[in-house]
Amino acid sequence: MADGFALTESTYYILLSLTRPRHGYGIMQLTEELSGGRVHLAAGTLYGALNALCSKGWIIQLPAEDESRRKEYKLTEKGMQVLRGEVARLRELAANGEKVLAEE
Amino acid sequence: MENRKTVRKWFWVWEFEKEEDWLNEMAMNGWVLESVGFASYHFVRCEPGEYNVRTEMHAFDESYVSFMEETGAEYIGRMMMWIYFRKKTEDGPFDLFSDIDSRISHLDKIGKVLAVIGGANLVIGFMNVFSPSRAGWINLLCATLLMYALGRIHGKKESLEKERLLHE
Repeated sequence: MADGFALTESTYYILLSLTRPRHGYGIMQLTEELSGGRVHLAAGTLYGALNALCSKGWIIQLPAEDESRRKEYKLTEKGMQVLRGEVARLRELAANGEKVLAEE
Repeated sequence: MENRKTVRKWFWVWEFEKEEDWLNEMAMNGWVLESVGFASYHFVRCEPGEYNVRTEMHAFDESYVSFMEETGAEYIGRMMMWIYFRKKTEDGPFDLFSDIDSRISHLDKIGKVLAVIGGANLVIGFMNVFSPSRAGWINLLCATLLMYALGRIHGKKESLEKERLLHE
């Protein structure tokens, strides 16, 4: 799905945050909240990742509605597919881990 | 009591982390970076530990600055290709890179700039080395220094890449 590669934790949380339109700071906050404060997205990392995801066509930048300079982003259809594929992959990883460890 | 001061200090390009540490140490001691000049740093009084300061190499990009401001950071200024930000400690943690990939691509960016300037100096140096002014030697000296810097940056990158083999 994701070109056959695993997503990085940052990419995963960015995509997850963008199932609804959000601006950069909103993505940072939701990621912290969802991960219970474990995953922190630094602004520079996030900016680079957003640009990369836009050029991959997994997210789009929404046209600004008013004068406010906060840019919002949202998942595309393709991005949603990648995200679903990744959740399935993670489920498989977790299931395998639990299966093997249960036999120990 | 004086509220402003200027410190002249030189950091080599591979010492950017050391520079950042020093700027944060200054902020810890109640002096936060207010503006930057060539090998000079202008500070203003602050509460000790009131700010975190960060710097990175980044081409001038208005949208990057406004993105950073959205996240609560304040743009201080830029010198050459280095950009400086600060953020109040009470407004949350502040760093520019949170994963190995973005640290590697930052080092890549620095490496590319060094390679271009170093390469240009090498070419100019060779072209001028036999000219009467002998100015070419200065370029060759610059090129040597830049190549050394490139090596240091590359070393940093390699150790990050080794780390990335095991985790992100």
